[in-house]
Amino acid sequence: MKRFLLILLVLFSAAGTLNKAFGEEATPLADDPVVEQRLISISEEMRCLVCQNESLAGSRSDLANDLRQEIRTLIKEGKSDEQIRTFMVERYGDFVLYRPPVKPITWLLWIGPFLILLLGIAGLLIYLRRRNNEMVRTDLSAKDNQQIDALLKANEKESSHD
Amino acid sequence: MKAKFIIPLILFLVLVGFLAVGLNRDPHEVPSPLINKSAPAFELPQLADPKQSFTPASMKGQVWILNVWASWCVACREEHPILVELSKAHVAPIIGLDYKDKRDEAMALLASQGSPYLLAVSDANGRVGIDYGVYGVPETYVIDKNGIIRFKQIGPVTMELLNQKIYPLISELNKS
Repeated sequence: MKRFLLILLVLFSAAGTLNKAFGEEATPLADDPVVEQRLISISEEMRCLVCQNESLAGSRSDLANDLRQEIRTLIKEGKSDEQIRTFMVERYGDFVLYRPPVKPITWLLWIGPFLILLLGIAGLLIYLRRRNNEMVRTDLSAKDNQQIDALLKANEKESSHD
Repeated sequence: MKAKFIIPLILFLVLVGFLAVGLNRDPHEVPSPLINKSAPAFELPQLADPKQSFTPASMKGQVWILNVWASWCVACREEHPILVELSKAHVAPIIGLDYKDKRDEAMALLASQGSPYLLAVSDANGRVGIDYGVYGVPETYVIDKNGIIRFKQIGPVTMELLNQKIYPLISELNKS
């Protein structure tokens, strides 16, 4: 058994050195890390049009590949992030942006939630005010008070017996 | 206290209404920002004779159709006979943009199925496709006499679409 383990150990370490001998350092995908960083920050904010639940940065579709390459070229041409975004929007529409721009057609989208919140608050205020008015104030007579006292006392006695 | 039942019912019906509209929409149909804009210029080699090139500028003065297709595209085969039908109607010339395709395969397809195109050009690396906002082949553009895109169809053209939208649009554009 011991010999067997020893053989195994020798084999594994040999495999390890072999790996080192033949393994190669992974080559970086892009030549310029600065360009790549900008590419990622831009394309993460964009939708891939082929598989719409993926970002342009994460998608492996053919079109996403082409578009990333296109963005790379634009970055190398010295275009600003804003210019690149405009380039994409001119071709594919606002739909490529994950953050829709604020403009008349998207006003409802941006303000809608706050409108609903305001409506909710207004509804709540109206409801509370109405309920307040509905509650009738009843004044207790002296006799009622006596009755209450008697009941409370009886209750106290009962609980002290326990 | 009827309002107690009516208000939630109304809210529910409004929600159902929104869902009915929203869920019946095709999320793949993205409104193109190119509608009513000039068709992007390009110069590409013709499929049949790569030595000759084609530019959209040469189509000025007539209403024409740009159809993006490829031999690898399954939906394009479905669309093909309808495009042949459209070309037989002689209402507008169809230019085919062969998108990211191999030339011999595209040629073979046109040879066996018949070509609906006045001519086809090859966009081998898909660069022109990006300018036209192509993301799902086939796509079809109707371009007017001044080179302005008037209509875009994403996905195959159907007989219904031809009759209801494309034919009327072309005859309207031809009048102006």
